[in-house]
Amino acid sequence: MLNYTKKEKYDRSALRVNPAKTCQPVGAMYAALGVHECMPHSHGSQGCCAFHRMFLTRHFKDPAMASSSSFTEGSSVFGGGSNLKTAAKNIFDIYNPKIIAVHTTCLSETIGDDLNAIIQDIELPEGKYMVHTNTPSYKGSHITGFSNMVSGFIKYLSVSSEKKNGKVTIIPGFVNPGDMREMKKIADKMGISYTMLPDTSGVMDSPMTGKFEMFPKGGTTVEEIIELGDSESILALGKAASELPAVTLEKKCNVPYKTLSLPIGINNTDNYIMTLQGLSKKAVPYMLEEERGQLIDILIDIHPYTYNKKVAIFGDPDTVLGIGEFVLEMGMIPSYLVTGTPGDGFETEAESLFHKFGMEGCRAKSSGDLYELHQWIKEESVDLLIGSTHGKYIARAEDIPFVRAGFPIVDRYVHSYMPIVGYKGGMRLAELIVNALMDRQDRDCAEEDFELIM
Amino acid sequence: MSVMEKVLDQYSSRVYKNRKEHMVTVNDNDNNNQIAANVRTIPGIMTHRGCCYAGCKGVVLGPIKDALQIVHGPIGCSFYAWGTRRHKGKKEEGADHYLEYCFSTDMQESDVVFGGEKKLKKAIEEAMDLFHPSTILICSTCPVGLIGDDIHAVAKWAEGEFGIKCIAFSCEGYKGVSQSAGHHIANNQLMRFVIGEGDREIKNKFSVNILGEYNIGGDGWETERILRRIGYEIVSTFTGDSKIDDLKNAHQANLSLVQCHRSINYIAEMLEAKYGVQWLKVNFIGVKGTIKSLRNIAKFFNDKELIARTEEVIADELSLIQDDMEYYKSKLKGKKAALYAGGSRSHHYQVLLKDLGIQTILAGYEFAHRDDYEGREVLPFIKVDADSKNIESLTVEPDTNKYHLYLSEDDVNKLKEEKFLDYYEGLVKEMQDGTYIIDDLNHYETEEFLRVLKPDIFFSGIKDKFVSQKAGILSRQIHSYDYSGPYAGFRGAVNFARDVTMGIYTPAWSYVKAPWKLAPVLEGTLGGEKAC
Repeated sequence: MLNYTKKEKYDRSALRVNPAKTCQPVGAMYAALGVHECMPHSHGSQGCCAFHRMFLTRHFKDPAMASSSSFTEGSSVFGGGSNLKTAAKNIFDIYNPKIIAVHTTCLSETIGDDLNAIIQDIELPEGKYMVHTNTPSYKGSHITGFSNMVSGFIKYLSVSSEKKNGKVTIIPGFVNPGDMREMKKIADKMGISYTMLPDTSGVMDSPMTGKFEMFPKGGTTVEEIIELGDSESILALGKAASELPAVTLEKKCNVPYKTLSLPIGINNTDNYIMTLQGLSKKAVPYMLEEERGQLIDILIDIHPYTYNKKVAIFGDPDTVLGIGEFVLEMGMIPSYLVTGTPGDGFETEAESLFHKFGMEGCRAKSSGDLYELHQWIKEESVDLLIGSTHGKYIARAEDIPFVRAGFPIVDRYVHSYMPIVGYKGGMRLAELIVNALMDRQDRDCAEEDFELIM
Repeated sequence: MSVMEKVLDQYSSRVYKNRKEHMVTVNDNDNNNQIAANVRTIPGIMTHRGCCYAGCKGVVLGPIKDALQIVHGPIGCSFYAWGTRRHKGKKEEGADHYLEYCFSTDMQESDVVFGGEKKLKKAIEEAMDLFHPSTILICSTCPVGLIGDDIHAVAKWAEGEFGIKCIAFSCEGYKGVSQSAGHHIANNQLMRFVIGEGDREIKNKFSVNILGEYNIGGDGWETERILRRIGYEIVSTFTGDSKIDDLKNAHQANLSLVQCHRSINYIAEMLEAKYGVQWLKVNFIGVKGTIKSLRNIAKFFNDKELIARTEEVIADELSLIQDDMEYYKSKLKGKKAALYAGGSRSHHYQVLLKDLGIQTILAGYEFAHRDDYEGREVLPFIKVDADSKNIESLTVEPDTNKYHLYLSEDDVNKLKEEKFLDYYEGLVKEMQDGTYIIDDLNHYETEEFLRVLKPDIFFSGIKDKFVSQKAGILSRQIHSYDYSGPYAGFRGAVNFARDVTMGIYTPAWSYVKAPWKLAPVLEGTLGGEKAC
């Protein structure tokens, strides 16, 4: 497996091998699916749309609906305006969404289609909406696309009526519906009135009822997005995915924002709850205190199996930093943190994490890829690998226990229903991690060392 | 109103007019089952189609295991084609193998602005340093054509610079109207730069190529196992588990067997025109399909011993699967199926479904052409429209040194007249009267047809699977085989039957309705208010 990956360091500037990111539009499509009765629309040639739907479907094991402008060579030369106009008419006629959320691809970006002008030219049916964002695939990653789409909704829809509605806007970041549910549960318990944008719970984890719903129950409603302008404050969870939409809403409607790390692990969840408490001025309910205490109890119980174990983590920047901090809290060593998404913030934040826990010799890299991570592992191995499905090749090649977390996970079931955020998510991550390590001990130890009780 | 009219009736007049041409009720229209196909997709309709890049890199080139394939473009296209199509390939001692890797130039904004040729050259240099491949294939994506990067010049440069084989494929996603354009582009370049370069001698006069077999879930291996058992030599397989050196020798065979007509018929025709290698349409999906194909191949070679050996192998293989097939047939007989796949499986799998007593009530293709639906006899009547006219049609001349015929010219002509050689009969002839054929079936039509026709199983792709299953209809993927397989040949038929049976008989289907939804509503009061 991966026999060509060399141990020796080699500086690449042009060849990307086994990326730890994908392109913008899939992130935008995911964000748009978190809006109720929304049809994500890909303005480009139809292959992109097919690929993005395919990946979301494979990750969630659920339908991912989206339409395309289906560019031909002609539209690529003369512009895709008429394609988008035709598409809008057909989508409203046939699928009747409340809103169409358009994102772009490298095709429409390279030819320079002016989406603002095209959309203004389109006559919308009564009570319907159409918004857009620019998501050039040659900039950033799918996380950038997510961030751009959420900003797009705000730019088009959110307005301030000068009357505050007492709500908090929560931007959850690029996480699973299971995570969004957990974030909402905590906010509910804290007695916070909030709107989450986007919210894919109920959409990408919808139940089996015997009837297919094109637009399932979940998702932030258009009315709620309009009202975001009246919210008291914004919580942006995950800097890479959520800060831009928060800044957008602040600029447009003068709502103050605060950026927090994704609430993964103890400290990050504590911060989430403390921030909510600062807004609600209410005591933290016992139930959350109990969950927190249970998580600490677990970490103390399992420490003999986790202490000083070396971990490599790869994936999206906010997720990697969150899991990185959690493994530090568990007494593990985050030897390598890698994200494919470009941006300096990731490395700086990782360094300050290493510093905070007095870790030396740990490495962090943005714009990295799995080939390079694999090289690092060959140079000095780790006890555990955490990341999305593509990591399974490295895990097998180097015989390293592997925990799946992040996007995309296309080779396991159930994961997207279960949180990794909050104290509950911490318990689940802790269980996944310690099980992976203990399964390995059971597999590898000598027969006379095989333990009944561990 | 007929089912079809009911579906169409909800469209606006423009869409109605367009989509009507793509639908046929078999033998029940005044148009002799003629269907519109291979034309542009209606924007916003929610097609299942992919693009030209997917057809070229994802389908035809992807399985070539010893060629390092660099996708020139932003990261997405490369990422999405990384390990996602299940073309299996075995590692061989001393041979290159890149199926686990994903290579891209990961174009950034500056590359779009200033051009990406420099980065592509640098990427090739780095690939040479790290991997030392003997072959590099370059595939372009949407922006490459627009900004005018000359990938063919880069390929030429790489050949000179490193002494390797380097071929460029201009398969920008916007070309043509579907994956189909990409097949054609890949075929042309393989014909131009690969086929005919080998000098391996024909060892066995029963030498064949398998064309249009991508070894999904090991299909190609099962096909090859059966053919080898009979005594055939397999010179090349396009392109499942293939190596460039094998493809180079494709002209050194006496017959080409075409499994997927859509994706490879161009190479089949050019192999014949240039090298005299005739082609025969086969279908190794389904027990009867496999047997018929084996007998046809033996008929072509017309050798007494070979024919006897063919019957011997058929009898033996049958005896090994008969009990299983009977059992599964008893579980599946009378079920109804709908099929929607890319450009060939919607036909092939009907043969296997018939083996199991399952009736097909609807079938469609994403991107097949009229000849795949109606048979090659309609080829002279197909007009190439504006959207596909820029896809190059390569013409080849007979190669004076390498041209060879296994049969006499007279025999070849006779077999062609019988529609035995160089012929594909198409999908429609497989189907019963009153069933439906739909081209470029979109999401809306899928939902409507499933609701009205209520098949027991819908065979389609990943984008459809959960739509169908949420509506209570089992869906098995006939692209990825739901990570199972092989489905080809004798053993594959049993795997397929097992997979369909376990899907139909999964206990969870019976729990969809919660018991309280079925029980009579409770009467009484709750908190002082009357419950209703």
